[in-house]
Amino acid sequence: MTKREVRFTVNGEARAVLVEPRRTLGDTLREDCGLTGTHLGCEHGVCGACTVMVDGQPVRSCLMFGVQAEGAEIRTVEGLAAADGTLNPLQRAFWENHGLQCGYCTPGFLMLATWLLERGEPFGEEEMRHVLSSNLCRCTGYQGILDSVRQAARELGQWTESAPG
Amino acid sequence: MNWVGRRLPRTEDPPLLRGEGRYVADIAIGAKVVRFLRSPVASGRIATLRPPALPPGTVFASGADLAGVKPIRPALRRFDYKAVEQPVLPLDRVHFVGQPIALVAAESAELAEDLVEQIELEIEAEDPAVGLEAALAPGAPQVHAVAPGNVILEGAIRPEGFAAAMGAAAHVVEFAFRSHRVNATPLEGRGGCAEYDRATGRVRLAASCQMPHMLRSGICDLLGLPEADLQVIAPDVGGGFGQKMALFPEYPALVWLARAYRGRFAWIEDRNENLTASAHSRDQKHVLRAGFDAEGRILALEADILADVGAFSCYPVTSGVEPLMALAEYPGPYRLPAYAVRARGVLTHTCPMAPYRGVSRPVITFGIERLMDRAAAATGLDPVEIRRRNLHAEFPAKSPTGFVLDAASYIEALDEAARHLDIPGFRTAQAAARREGRHLGLGIAVFNERTGYGTPAFAARSMEIVPGYEVVDIAMTPTGEVEARIGSSPHGQGLRTTLAQIIADRLGVEPAAIRIIHGDTDRTPYGWGTFASRSLVIGGGACQVAADKLAAKLKRAASRLLQCGEEQVTLRDGEAVSGTGASVALKEVARIAHQRSELVSDSVGFNLAESGSYDPPGTFSNACHACIVEVEAATGAVRILRYLVVEDAGRIINPMIADGQVRGGIAQGIANALLEEIVYAPDGNCLSGTLADYIPPTCAEIPAIEIHHLETISPATLTGAKGLGEGGTIGAPAAVCNAISDALSSFGVDVTEFPATPPRVRALIRGAMIRGKA
Repeated sequence: MTKREVRFTVNGEARAVLVEPRRTLGDTLREDCGLTGTHLGCEHGVCGACTVMVDGQPVRSCLMFGVQAEGAEIRTVEGLAAADGTLNPLQRAFWENHGLQCGYCTPGFLMLATWLLERGEPFGEEEMRHVLSSNLCRCTGYQGILDSVRQAARELGQWTESAPG
Repeated sequence: MNWVGRRLPRTEDPPLLRGEGRYVADIAIGAKVVRFLRSPVASGRIATLRPPALPPGTVFASGADLAGVKPIRPALRRFDYKAVEQPVLPLDRVHFVGQPIALVAAESAELAEDLVEQIELEIEAEDPAVGLEAALAPGAPQVHAVAPGNVILEGAIRPEGFAAAMGAAAHVVEFAFRSHRVNATPLEGRGGCAEYDRATGRVRLAASCQMPHMLRSGICDLLGLPEADLQVIAPDVGGGFGQKMALFPEYPALVWLARAYRGRFAWIEDRNENLTASAHSRDQKHVLRAGFDAEGRILALEADILADVGAFSCYPVTSGVEPLMALAEYPGPYRLPAYAVRARGVLTHTCPMAPYRGVSRPVITFGIERLMDRAAAATGLDPVEIRRRNLHAEFPAKSPTGFVLDAASYIEALDEAARHLDIPGFRTAQAAARREGRHLGLGIAVFNERTGYGTPAFAARSMEIVPGYEVVDIAMTPTGEVEARIGSSPHGQGLRTTLAQIIADRLGVEPAAIRIIHGDTDRTPYGWGTFASRSLVIGGGACQVAADKLAAKLKRAASRLLQCGEEQVTLRDGEAVSGTGASVALKEVARIAHQRSELVSDSVGFNLAESGSYDPPGTFSNACHACIVEVEAATGAVRILRYLVVEDAGRIINPMIADGQVRGGIAQGIANALLEEIVYAPDGNCLSGTLADYIPPTCAEIPAIEIHHLETISPATLTGAKGLGEGGTIGAPAAVCNAISDALSSFGVDVTEFPATPPRVRALIRGAMIRGKA
């Protein structure tokens, strides 16, 4: 099948890759950009392990074709830590609160929570649970993940004890 | 400094949080992509199998190409076990929907999938045996000729005097229940990447597995390869939960390809393959009959156990793992004077069974805990009181099947849970809610969990391959770090952290100076991997033995340098310290031992390496789970209002990791109780092929879980620790379903089938209402 060139930025870096139109964004990032931090858990849009940010929105990269990302600004888990590897407050909160075990779902949860933390509207318990229920984790029972995001939100001034009505 | 017992953050986490983990699919990039053609029918004869037109650089292979590869043939040394064979790729027959028939390898996944679709396949379909009832019916289609009547295994115990014991009962409680089929559903599916090394003639297989050494042994037996010519690596593994113990046919096929074509081949399964064609579990039906005396003490229990094991037996544990565990462990934490049991493994034309976290214990715990509640109702006792009267209180105790139960806190855990629950307060709230037409219920589950069992326990199962021991090779490098090479193979359990905590205390060094090396048959001693709540107990015990031997060596070397007796040397804070307070850094000892060996070699030889092994008899952790639910009568929906667990796993090495194991297990147990079910159509087609059909819980369904710890130090293990990896899954189905049953008590019905999905709960209520009107 004919390949097409597609251009976008990932974590601020310009990329031009040649992909088949049927290749998903998730595969494009992993296979053609070498960014294997984004994990594929179901490839049918349920588990959310492959969540990345596209133009500021959380997106399941298995439900979008690579060619649809033409001109987009993409962010992946590899862009969260500082260049020297220092964890950002959200990553550090996951570390301190046992927000991961096998680590496979973690990049998706981190990107989903990044969107929640960066959108500029403080959130509370109910909304956090609602948003994070988009993704599946099979190891933690979720409490560590919720504790992590709550701690990061507090640290970043994005937490409200009672969710806005 | 005591490192054991601290909530130390995991050393595993930072790379995983940066997206820098290396899972099999990450290693596989650039390899030829392998896709399998899988059977679309449950039973039949392959009439036509023709490859597509193959572009250059692509490969097709079927059973005919793999003619020299032996079938997978797991075995038990039992006369009542029938050893069935599973071909890596079949020559003539298919046995379940999803069974691999042929493979294609190509430069890209896209091309490989296109070519698989172009394979010409005709199967003469035959009537399949699907489901326990169909497989056991007279005249049922036979899954394998070697197992007439589709019974692959039958075990039974019936002691003399059993009938008399049952006959003395004042109350007899009898019921049947059904546990439906589930899939462990690790978020990363199975996958492997096999690479032929032309320089050495060896193959390196990276596989998402729990038992790398066992996988190597299994593949080498099938292919007739020397084990030295195959390296198996378990890199970062995205969850296993037992499913990734098994030797699946895809792995020997990959190694065969790598050797036959002297190249690099990878198969990364998709979710549909994982759900329908990896392994399933817990498909069981039990009939229980128990006698109680007038005071509610159990006198006799009779169990008839059926386990649907699918079309083949899983290597190495065999399809005996579910029925035999149910048979052996039914009495759990209870004093049971007389126990009779029959357990059968039943072959069907469905995906094979493999262990899943807890194995049969979620099912038997459901059974015995439902039994206790029914007996409480029959005898007029409170559910807590009837349990208290029947639990073991003196240790060591002996089970009817011969297990020695080491010190535990069965009654204490129950009482502690009852205290936190405020049961009288709940009963008042429950009665008030009922007056408003709301249905609240409280459920309890008490259980013990056999963990950390070594070779004798597996040998007693008559396994042809007997797992159990662990060996740890430990060494200090010339710069003073400690390398511990382990046969266990963690995949999310945090063993790099907890084992380092154990070693750190023995050597007086910081955990940061310790590297736990695992998951690589080239770099670790032969061992059994991570499953059955064993690694912290057995691998941890072996680490302790090895570290103590290394500590002795360090003390001997240091005593030369400090010019004192070795018995005067203590190791702490990275130093060896003499009785007079003189000290030498362990880094210095290490450098000298390797590079100025003339100073110490007459006492310690030429390096700082030791080996430790451990093979314990086993220990029983225990817990009490308690759950409060609300059932919506109009829809059958169940909401969990509160969940608490009192857990006793002996000495806790890292409380944060222990709680994570408990919480994760309970989430899977709640899913087992309420949500997850693999459904087959009568023709053998699996209907649960996506995560929209098979529904693991999200954080919206899993409540906050309160955990209270008791710490009965095990006299049966070196570290005092007991395993706790499976307990969450074991207690939750019983606790949740008992709570639903309590909520439904005003309708006079209870849960005897799980998952208790809304349609099932609604059917119970509707049935009760219809009967009420009749």
